[in-house]
Amino acid sequence: MSHRRVVVTGLGVLSPIGVTPTEAWNNAIAGNSGIDRITLLDPTDFTSQVAGQVKGFDPVAHFGAADARKSDRFTQFARVASLNAWNAAGFADTPPDPERVGVILGSGVGGIGTFEEQMRIAMERGPRRISPFFVPMMISNMACGQVAIDLNAKALNYCTVTACASSGHAMAVALDSIRLGRADVILAGGSEAPITFMALGGFCALKALSTGWNDRPTQACKPFDRDRDGFVMSEGGAILILEELSHAKARGAEIVAEIVGAGMTCDAFHITAPAEGGEGSRRAMINAMHDGCIDPGSVDYINAHGTSTQLNDVNETMAIISALGQENAHRIMVSSTKSVHGHMLGAAGSMEAALTCLALKHGVVPPTINLENPGEGCVLDYVPGSAREADIHVALSNSLGFGGHNVTLAFRKYTGN
Amino acid sequence: MSLENRVTEIIVNKLGVKAEEVTPEAHFVTDLGADSLDQVELMMDFEDAFDLKISDEEAGKLQTVGAVIDFLKAKGISV
Repeated sequence: MSHRRVVVTGLGVLSPIGVTPTEAWNNAIAGNSGIDRITLLDPTDFTSQVAGQVKGFDPVAHFGAADARKSDRFTQFARVASLNAWNAAGFADTPPDPERVGVILGSGVGGIGTFEEQMRIAMERGPRRISPFFVPMMISNMACGQVAIDLNAKALNYCTVTACASSGHAMAVALDSIRLGRADVILAGGSEAPITFMALGGFCALKALSTGWNDRPTQACKPFDRDRDGFVMSEGGAILILEELSHAKARGAEIVAEIVGAGMTCDAFHITAPAEGGEGSRRAMINAMHDGCIDPGSVDYINAHGTSTQLNDVNETMAIISALGQENAHRIMVSSTKSVHGHMLGAAGSMEAALTCLALKHGVVPPTINLENPGEGCVLDYVPGSAREADIHVALSNSLGFGGHNVTLAFRKYTGN
Repeated sequence: MSLENRVTEIIVNKLGVKAEEVTPEAHFVTDLGADSLDQVELMMDFEDAFDLKISDEEAGKLQTVGAVIDFLKAKGISV
């Protein structure tokens, strides 16, 4: 089989730090936090009261009032981000063959807000008042189904659901699918709208969220810092156009970066806690490097999962050290952009993949903000405080999800050969 | 507000169409762009607004705006 290479030719981002890739990138490298006190609901009774919310998003302006009512917020994020990525790739006027365009999007909790709203109606008024749109709005695969309708994408189309690794998996299987010839173009990524009563309350109950920084929202997410006390939930969508290299070249597309490999593993250890020493994550990184023909000595940057929980950050650090070796791990830069955009759950992997591609393109590594006193065992160069210019060529991006799911994506700067 | 105006208002809100399009002859699917799910929701809105129950069999016959108005009048509803 000939080896089909895959490149990124368009980005679409809706995030707490910006509603375009450029805006998000500029805020990421400036270290501008998108975390605020929650306004999408009254957070008074919740232990965690801060989140990363998408600002100024008006679904009625995008879809009209009648249509906006018929799709959950997570689908709306996916639709807008996909359209923006599509246009950025130059497909608005010259779309590719629809039967060669796929959509693979991840979401951790899908239309959970719709579920809650309809549950309330059903409890108050009985089952006959459940909306006929309840099921199509709630199901996690509706984002990719709807994007296919919007963009007339008729090749493979499905949803990956692996909690916080969902969009990492979407990207990984999209890469494989283009390599296998199942499509030439795939919209890959994810979206999430989890700032709802039950999702927020559920993660609070798990003791997974930051609770000690409610009065200082922008400081709440502090990956690798000794005072980190949990992740900060956020929402949004991030979509990448993955395209077979010769297809992209033939139409003169602008290439953002090349996606060269993926590694997918499972801890098989615990439903929420990472395996001892991050051994599942270690194997995902090793597999991604192997898949992408990358020597650990050539890795320049890792966009870490870096959630700002006690367990994740120290175990991921151990995983990086054991995957790359002591010397390489201490040489490279590692940062968690969650420190500015929070944890977009099912959209985290593609959001961070988008920022990783932009880091390679621009030769700038975004910082980990709020890292002042490294926590015990957090011994790497996490690019604290401010961005760093660096001629980076190879980068990894990690996504780890409840259920023990681990995905590492490997990217290379695209230099034209 | 007349029965006709109240029905028009409900349809405009639900389907995002213009009031001028909501004529008695207008067919929900072919003229007003509704799909089968929209039609189910519309019937629920009529039930709420006029405090009555519409059976599935009755709903199946209500394919135009005029049919809805006639149906409501036959049920003794004037506003």
